[in-house]
Amino acid sequence: MCFIRADGIVKRYGHGPGSVEALRGIDLEIFEGEWVAVMGRSGSGKSTLLSVLGGLNSPTAGTYKVAGVELYALAPEQRADFRREKMGFVFQSFHLLDYLSVLENVMLPLVTSSMPSRLKMELAREALERVGLQGKETRLPAEISGGEQERVAIARAIVNRPLLLLADEPTGNLDSATGEQVMELFGDLHCRGMTIVMVTHSEQWASMAQRTIKISDGRVIGNYPTGCSFESQFQNS
Amino acid sequence: MKMLDMVWKRLQRRRGKALFVLLGLLVGVGAGVGFLSLTQALSLEIQHKMELYGANILVSPATEALSLSFGGMSMGAVSFEMKELQEKELSALSSIPNARNIAAVGPVLLGTLEDGGVRRILAGMDFGTLSALRPWWRITGDYPREGQVLLGAETARAAGLKPGDVWSVGSLGWKVSGILEPTGSQEDFMAFAPLSEVQSALGKQGKISMAEVAALCSGCPIEEMVAQISKALPNARVQAIKQVVEGRLQAIEQMGRVAAGLSGLVLLVGALVVLVTMMASVRDRASEIGVLRAIGFRKRHIAELILVEAGVLSCLAGISGCALGMLWAMAALPFFSEGHSHSAPTPLFHPELALGAVLFSTVLGLLASLYPALTASRLDPVEAIRSY
Repeated sequence: MCFIRADGIVKRYGHGPGSVEALRGIDLEIFEGEWVAVMGRSGSGKSTLLSVLGGLNSPTAGTYKVAGVELYALAPEQRADFRREKMGFVFQSFHLLDYLSVLENVMLPLVTSSMPSRLKMELAREALERVGLQGKETRLPAEISGGEQERVAIARAIVNRPLLLLADEPTGNLDSATGEQVMELFGDLHCRGMTIVMVTHSEQWASMAQRTIKISDGRVIGNYPTGCSFESQFQNS
Repeated sequence: MKMLDMVWKRLQRRRGKALFVLLGLLVGVGAGVGFLSLTQALSLEIQHKMELYGANILVSPATEALSLSFGGMSMGAVSFEMKELQEKELSALSSIPNARNIAAVGPVLLGTLEDGGVRRILAGMDFGTLSALRPWWRITGDYPREGQVLLGAETARAAGLKPGDVWSVGSLGWKVSGILEPTGSQEDFMAFAPLSEVQSALGKQGKISMAEVAALCSGCPIEEMVAQISKALPNARVQAIKQVVEGRLQAIEQMGRVAAGLSGLVLLVGALVVLVTMMASVRDRASEIGVLRAIGFRKRHIAELILVEAGVLSCLAGISGCALGMLWAMAALPFFSEGHSHSAPTPLFHPELALGAVLFSTVLGLLASLYPALTASRLDPVEAIRSY
């Protein structure tokens, strides 16, 4: 079942002759429970695409539907609610709040929800357990390793049990051993039915996804299942 | 975890920056509360002194014929040989709205007597009210009762009389009950006897030349009482005696205005410090705000975060500034005050001032943070996250 559908997405920054077109008519379909890797060189538009898919960046043109909802037809505040309830974000630099403990960082997406504090706490503990960080609830981000910080960021992204997980170079700041652990975690989440869109520079990590989308100059130049390389796909077509 | 918990945790972890915002307002509130407490305390002290000063309202007949000085105070125009008030008219004073502020009413009948070729003023008075009306009088002997007279220091000296002697004036004779110690005023040249005695001696039963009123002015505007008494006694001229303290009260009022102006200026600087610091804080927190927006915080939630933080800090600044200001006023009061020995204890803690200061500080802090809060809520989440 098609979970994400983007048609002719254009994103232009600025106006007039000095404007920059980051996305130039992206058409995309991602199915429910699918794990997709988005690859491309720096400046190719992959992070912009991720922000558009995450409802953070209104496209200049085109339509975008996620879970049957035309996201940019919603008012900004409703879009924020949609993100809180249906999406999870993992950022390259973790972006944990250094004044909050590990548990409190994980609880962040639930702060504005009306659920009881006890339930928020339970969900946060459950998310921490899923990423293997039980027992570190009271630590501050500065007191744990980079890999653990990334796992806290993942726990924060899944605490609200999202339908869609968006990750922007989740292993970018990690060594390969820690990166592998994080990818295993993503694999686990995928096995549990979560739809994942992950931006990465690494062929190694992209190969763990079901499908890879290659972007260059704001256009999709490749869209192929894992195990089938871009070149071979190009040759086959 | 709730929004307030987030704010509190952040304040605990960013004590330095929080302290900077706090200090900006604390100094302003402290200065304001300090100056206001001080001027309020000094005003109260002056008002208290006015009470100790004795009579502060004079009621005299509405005629102008002869100017007298009595008790070191100007009585205005008192025509004791031409027109008097009726003693019973004074009962109207008990019906004025501020009647509870009247401590004592002293009717006085004035007349002149020839004493060895010198005209002396004889005053008939109600000696029961003297402790309120003439608290500074010191007597050698006793207050006069029926058939007795109290002599001013000069009158007694000129006649060579002492308590127990008889003062004979024309066909009249009074036993001297006491001698008034020198006051340095017209009173030294006068004689004082019970009102009814003087009324009989002068053939003016039921009449009085004037009345002195001691009003407790801490809780009442004396001008208002003068107006009320004038209305109750339409045939009388009512004057407030406040020349002695008026100048000082004016000086204190002036000081209060200068203090209010200075406090306002300091508070304005405090508000600017809050504005600048909160703007810097928003810039520093751009990536944090971006992340919060990405994970579903609405614009309203972001503005709320900034405003709650500013509100908590401003409220704390208000409370600590208030305490600091009052302590400063308490320490500074002896340097501005005079004659503490006979002053009533001056209250320096004013709950309404404290509440007002805390509210004002909070509102000012919130107003100063409004722009930073709006700026924060309008940050583009994508740009904000990239700014990290």
